[in-house]
Amino acid sequence: MPKTRIALPDSIDHLSILDEHGKLDAALEPAIDDSLLVRLHRTMLLARRFDERLLSLQRQGRIGTFPPIAGQEAAHLGAVAALRGSDWVVPAFREMAADLWRGRPMESIIIYNNGFNEGSRIPDERNDMPIAVPVGSQILHAVGIAWAMKYRGKDDVAMTFFGDGATSQGDFHEGLNFAGVFEVPVVFVCQNNQWAISIPRSKQTRSQTLAQKAIAYGIPGIQVDGNDILAVFAAAQEAVARARAGKGATLIECVTYRMAVHTTADDPKRYRADAEVEEWRRRDPIARFQSYLTGKGLLSAEAVKAEEEAIAADIQAAVDRAEQQMKTLGDPLLMFEHAYAGMPDYLKEQRADFIRFMAAAPKEDTHA
Amino acid sequence: MPKMTMVQALNLALRQEMEKDDRVIVLGEDVGVDGGVFRVTDGLIERFGEQRVVDTPLAESGIAGMSIGMAVYGLRPVCEMQFDGFSYYTMHQIEAHASRLRWRSQGRYHVPMVLRAPYGGGVRALEHHSESREAFWAHIPGLKMVIPSGPRNSRALLVSAIRDPDPVIFYEPKAVYRAFREEVPEEEETLPIGRSQRVREGRDLTLIAYGAMMRPTLAAADELKKTHGAEADVIDLLTISPLDDSLLVESARKTGRVAVVHEAPRSFGPGAEVVARLVEKAFYHLEAPVARVTGYDIVIPLFSREKYYLPTVARIVDAARNLLAAQ
Repeated sequence: MPKTRIALPDSIDHLSILDEHGKLDAALEPAIDDSLLVRLHRTMLLARRFDERLLSLQRQGRIGTFPPIAGQEAAHLGAVAALRGSDWVVPAFREMAADLWRGRPMESIIIYNNGFNEGSRIPDERNDMPIAVPVGSQILHAVGIAWAMKYRGKDDVAMTFFGDGATSQGDFHEGLNFAGVFEVPVVFVCQNNQWAISIPRSKQTRSQTLAQKAIAYGIPGIQVDGNDILAVFAAAQEAVARARAGKGATLIECVTYRMAVHTTADDPKRYRADAEVEEWRRRDPIARFQSYLTGKGLLSAEAVKAEEEAIAADIQAAVDRAEQQMKTLGDPLLMFEHAYAGMPDYLKEQRADFIRFMAAAPKEDTHA
Repeated sequence: MPKMTMVQALNLALRQEMEKDDRVIVLGEDVGVDGGVFRVTDGLIERFGEQRVVDTPLAESGIAGMSIGMAVYGLRPVCEMQFDGFSYYTMHQIEAHASRLRWRSQGRYHVPMVLRAPYGGGVRALEHHSESREAFWAHIPGLKMVIPSGPRNSRALLVSAIRDPDPVIFYEPKAVYRAFREEVPEEEETLPIGRSQRVREGRDLTLIAYGAMMRPTLAAADELKKTHGAEADVIDLLTISPLDDSLLVESARKTGRVAVVHEAPRSFGPGAEVVARLVEKAFYHLEAPVARVTGYDIVIPLFSREKYYLPTVARIVDAARNLLAAQ
């Protein structure tokens, strides 16, 4: 009997509740309060319009490089909507709708994208981590936070985000493995947007799904239609409940699409066909959610119009506030702050030398 | 006072801090049931249980990344790398996150973690078990890099490192682990991080070293007194970064003749920074070019030849003779 078969989970669920034609699977429809549905719609629309505004600000040279989120609103907003305030979010860098949902003011995003560190300060009342640029590296932090939550006997949950490219990183695998071994309350949310800059999902891994990678680490994995906010919410709600109940981690793969550029420094025409983008445009997460809400009597064409107007005004007010605030952020000495709890002597010396130079140098040499 | 090896002294520091503070968590490979491959964490799992002494899967980046999350949440993780040669897996987590989260979050979060690793040569070990790469860490703003040299200061510095609000890389000279014993008080003792120490007073020349190189350096000072009647001022850096140059500068101004000793490769090593500080702040007091007695700029040889690579008493004395002879 040298060769026997070991039974493993050999399938992964794919969840779709509200399809691209707006067709609802009523049996799977999650019970969501009307007020929550309306707030989710409002945040999705706000995020879409704010993203567009950021892009135009960038093209005008009024902010720096940033990663647009268009097309992925449901994938990350639906997930964080299943959390409560005391839970932690450990983001990558393409979760702006989630960020707004968790209470980050738009002006802070503008300020950050204008190269001011002040924009990445998390308000004291929120537990979330600032964005993490190196792909996949933040996943382990969520595992550590979840470990600490469990150690402290809390029933809070850590939720972390990353893309399809991150699933090739060692830290992704180490994170899932540690979470499995320590059975900690963490939810891994992969926004599979099909592209890691120019590398398509098919070149990232031979695996049929990304969700199946959970099987190797002994935790549940599920693939959902990431443009279906009901499906994302339902999957996240289940994963969060499991984590809260002390039953460990879950991997959720949200199948979505990056409609825009990787960052504003990227030109997707070099590596992907417009036809593919157009195909995904038909699967837009906001359009189908609007038809769902309209069907439920929670939205109307007039209401959307009013919402759009209110959002435009909110965005303009945030841009104005950001530009006002940035006028007071010019002090270059602030760059010496927050290196350590206390400033070491040699850094005080370097700072003093900088002050001396700035005072003595001709104006054009001080960037003033 | 009981006499202890460095291994026992480090164990005492961990045990006492864990007794005092339930935020202190020890984690790493083989740190629990096995008590660590060098036995630094021996007995801790019996005393504090699996909840606080955590045997992790074999993944250094995972250990460091998880520690960052724990620290951000408010715990005080002390993670162990089995050898310095494997600690570079953590460099991305430490450089990209541990050292920057205070800055990135503008003071909202900080990362009070300690990453312990045995470092250095002289124990006839395998490849990747003898390196001395403290300069890698010392080059990272936001990080602290501490290297004790004996049982007593290792205990005091580890306690300080655990209590420090910033991330600390704590390199333990494995050649010293069981090399000698010192009296280590049972009652609490700390040493400030970011301060060097004068361990021998002299006015003829200055010898600057740290970690495992303190023993040959002190032996060289004895030899110089015996053979040349020369009194060496000997300084133990203790903290590589943030480097405290006040004592170095004061001593260099007094003696005018300085040698810096380390087993790390010479180029861009900690000695280079020491020399630069002395040039900036004591240049007109120097009577001779500052000497560097260091490892060579090669991979540390396997153990049959490592004795030629590591600075020895004879090499330090040789450099010191040249310093003393300079007009």
